[in-house]
Amino acid sequence: MRALRLVSQSLLPFVAGLAVLSMISKGLSGSWAIVLMVAGINIILAVSLNVVNGFTGQFSIGHAGFMAVGAYTAAKITMALRFVQIAGISSDASDQLFFLLALVAGMVAAAVAGLLVGAPSLRLRGDYLAIVTLGFNEIIRVIIENTPFLGQATGISGLPRLTNFVWVGMGVVATVVMAKRLAESTHGRALLAIREDEIAAEAMGVDTTSYKVRAFVIASAFAGLAGGLLVHLIQLCTPRSFTFIKSFEVVVMVVLGGMGSVTGSILAALVLSLALEGLREVQEFRMVMYALLLIVLMLTRPTGIFGTREIWDILPKWGRHRAQGAAGGSP
Amino acid sequence: MTEFLQHLVNGISVGTIYALIALGYTMVYGVLKLINFAHGDVYMVGAFVGLYLANAMGVEENPTIGKAVVIFVGSMMICGALGVVIERFAYRPLRQRPRLTSLITAIGVSLLLEFGFQLPSIPHLGIPFPPGPTPRFFPEIFTRVAWEPAGVHISNYDIVSFFLAVGLMLALQYVVYRTKFGTSMRAVSFDAQVAGLMGVNVNRVIAYTFALGSSLAAAAALLFAGSRPRIDPLMGLNLGVKAFVAAVFGGIGNVPGAMVGGLALGLAEEYVSGYMVSSYRDGIAFALLIVVLLVRPAGLFGTFRPEKV
Amino acid sequence: MDHRPEARAKNDTFCIPYYLEVAMRFARALTLATLTAFSASCQSKQEAQPAAPAPAAAPAPAPASDKIVIGHVGSMTGSEATFGTSTDNAIKLAIEEQNKKGGVKGKQLVLKTLDDGGKPEEAAVAATRLVTQDKVAVLLGEVASSRSLAMAPIADSNQVPMITPTSTNPRVTKDGPKTRPYVFRACFIDPFQGTVMAKFATEKKITKVAVFRDVGNDYSVGLADFFTKTFQELGGKIVVDESYKAGDQDFKSQLTSIKNKKPQGIYVPGYYTDVALIARQARELGIKVPLMGGDGWDSSKLYEIAKGALDGSYFSNHYTDEDPSPVVQDFVKRYKAAYGAVPDALAVLGYDAALVAFDAMERAKDLTGPSIRDAIEQTKGFQGVSGVITLDADHNPVKPAVVLGIEKNKPHYAATISP
Repeated sequence: MRALRLVSQSLLPFVAGLAVLSMISKGLSGSWAIVLMVAGINIILAVSLNVVNGFTGQFSIGHAGFMAVGAYTAAKITMALRFVQIAGISSDASDQLFFLLALVAGMVAAAVAGLLVGAPSLRLRGDYLAIVTLGFNEIIRVIIENTPFLGQATGISGLPRLTNFVWVGMGVVATVVMAKRLAESTHGRALLAIREDEIAAEAMGVDTTSYKVRAFVIASAFAGLAGGLLVHLIQLCTPRSFTFIKSFEVVVMVVLGGMGSVTGSILAALVLSLALEGLREVQEFRMVMYALLLIVLMLTRPTGIFGTREIWDILPKWGRHRAQGAAGGSP
Repeated sequence: MTEFLQHLVNGISVGTIYALIALGYTMVYGVLKLINFAHGDVYMVGAFVGLYLANAMGVEENPTIGKAVVIFVGSMMICGALGVVIERFAYRPLRQRPRLTSLITAIGVSLLLEFGFQLPSIPHLGIPFPPGPTPRFFPEIFTRVAWEPAGVHISNYDIVSFFLAVGLMLALQYVVYRTKFGTSMRAVSFDAQVAGLMGVNVNRVIAYTFALGSSLAAAAALLFAGSRPRIDPLMGLNLGVKAFVAAVFGGIGNVPGAMVGGLALGLAEEYVSGYMVSSYRDGIAFALLIVVLLVRPAGLFGTFRPEKV
Repeated sequence: MDHRPEARAKNDTFCIPYYLEVAMRFARALTLATLTAFSASCQSKQEAQPAAPAPAAAPAPAPASDKIVIGHVGSMTGSEATFGTSTDNAIKLAIEEQNKKGGVKGKQLVLKTLDDGGKPEEAAVAATRLVTQDKVAVLLGEVASSRSLAMAPIADSNQVPMITPTSTNPRVTKDGPKTRPYVFRACFIDPFQGTVMAKFATEKKITKVAVFRDVGNDYSVGLADFFTKTFQELGGKIVVDESYKAGDQDFKSQLTSIKNKKPQGIYVPGYYTDVALIARQARELGIKVPLMGGDGWDSSKLYEIAKGALDGSYFSNHYTDEDPSPVVQDFVKRYKAAYGAVPDALAVLGYDAALVAFDAMERAKDLTGPSIRDAIEQTKGFQGVSGVITLDADHNPVKPAVVLGIEKNKPHYAATISP
């Protein structure tokens, strides 16, 4: 019975996702494909950062740094294995296998970086943690710019275009399944307890630092995945893609979607990515509109789109919540 | 030795600017526990207001002390007002909400100022506003005089910046600890709700705090731009982050801490890039900060307030 | 009232219609975005698959065949917006002029500019949109190599020719050892320009040089590296190599170290936005040796901010506005009339990139990507503002560089150095 549930909850999304994604990707035009792929990468970033910022209530603004670690690791591996082929299978299949290897290696590298940064710094509270993660982000950039092996300011160019719609889609599925499974586990409950009241959680026997570090490592790994996917999409790996401004963008998505709401993060990442894309036509006014959009959205929905709830908590009970809201009771 | 002293002068000169901006971060953080990410952009606005005033008065051709005072006062007042407006519309509606919410509006305001100032100018306005993305020349608001004792170059801008910064810090310290306004500020910082019950007008205290911090940023902008005469809409981005680092370094919420943090950061950067590798300049500032935070989790001067259970 | 020449002052409409127009553009963009969002699947049937491996059968680019769309990807916002707008202004000017002359092959040209905010991933998205949605005939852009590198594979796989005005990194037109078939450029590459200044410095009997590079900018790093290499081969000595970051406002710590090493010249291959401040601070610290740089210096803003601090310095450039040739003089005059400022190097190269594209489209047998590509590749002896452009096998223009010296806060022709 338990095995069955495990299959249905963890394996089924991947199988179903694979089928649906391959179908969609066939009917997708070039420009929509790349727009949706970038949006998908943003979803991976937002949902994974939500594990730290939303579930656990910690404040990290260095997600792009971990993205960079994953991206450079994956890029280095695919560049090294570019002309190698596994015997007995087609060249395409061999490339795809190597890509999977590169992505996993990127995730591992990012997770190790997450551990190195997180273990000492998660003792810090609130804004001090923020500044350490921001600092890490900047330090990574400075190191890359000073390392000839990593291509300095130019970065690594000429990467094969291995990322496609299915890869990004599967990445999104993996991230969402991770987040959902985590939220429903004992581990997730501990994280939520830390968010709600760290002192109370500690008093109840939750080893807060250890849980925080674990959440941080998981989030970093998925940031590394997003980085690996991004650089194999634009076929270029440069420090410019991983500045602290990118980290801010991800934080914005998480808060806008609602802290701890997975579906909220997904929706916010989608909405913001598509809005920025639609606004491309207005050129100089684009970022001004984006800024106004942020301010207005935050002022009108201060808890984010869904608050801490998920979309299914809201949809079927739409009427009831409305009624409650009208009566003045906010949950 | 000359080189060492020259680095000292340079480092203090940059450090005082960090300190002046960091004071704004620290005060706002003290009362609201909010990182005002738009503060660096208020600094940028201060520089542009100064530029418009200077151009209107023809300072470039004929700088006088009177004009310099007008520019300083005018720019500080306009930025002070901008700070109050930002607080009123972007932060106050969200004050009862989780702090991260205001952080996003802070990022929003920051983007709005940065990219708003990058827009093409409105035609037929008389002044080139918004200024657009091209960098602009900033005239000397008072005549630059430089000396070279023992081969060390030092200018009146460096000296004025330093004494102004120290003076403002002392004044601020006096205001915070010796006046009624300061007492209410500290009360709000300690517990805004209870302060309100005790008859402190919380909204007014917070508004004044923003006005004070923002006008300090404007003063910093004028001093910095006067001796480094290039200004552009994104000039506050990196400097804002650096000043924020300085504020945390000294212990955020602490006035002398911001001052010391700013100077320490300025000197650290100066000596690192002067005697070690300059390409690691930005990285080492952060590395230093991280080390300090790991040893003293509340910054150099911050006190760790144990939380009540 | 001080009226500084405004880069965009050419808008002589009143402010209300101007901003109204922007609002309309915005509304249109939003409607477009929402509509397409809901009809993505339907739309895909009408659109041709990208990367269709049939060059001979590639369809004519624009269905509305009385217009030719030219795409431009530029950083119109962000830290490099000033470079993006310069390039865009020049391309606009080129298109207006071409349309007045009757367009290309009797068809009018339309410019479609998409902003990338200075980010490589957005440049890739913008390029894809221009190529697959707007069916542009030619893709122009980007200013910086880091974005052009992200656009180049898209141009190649969709068989749309791309001309980058100012991306100097040799790797932009290369895919490993191969030359990218659809990617061209209108500017020097780093190895050449770095060499130019090294040769010039050696001729000037400068033997000890300090290098001061922008470590976050591949253009600056590239020039600095090639300068160092050639200069050392010619017997010179690099006494110290310091770095700064674009947007920094204080350079005194590095300059103090440089001063202590007593070089005879400082090579600063950066953009004018930083160089002017560097020059001022160098003079303040008592460094009197000449500064040397590349085409990134070329802007009237440089002199406006430096205020004489650069006197005695040299930089390599594509052209000099003292050049009496009518192409140069006409362009400088028209650009000034339209935008109220002397064109900078980015504008000049943006203009040239557009002209090379028009010339090739005129010569091409039809307006499909592969035909235009072939025509661009055959560009030979084309008279642009930045010199006579002949593309070599690597799709780089072969043209001499001029060295300009700065005296009394004005640039003057000093030498021509051929490749």
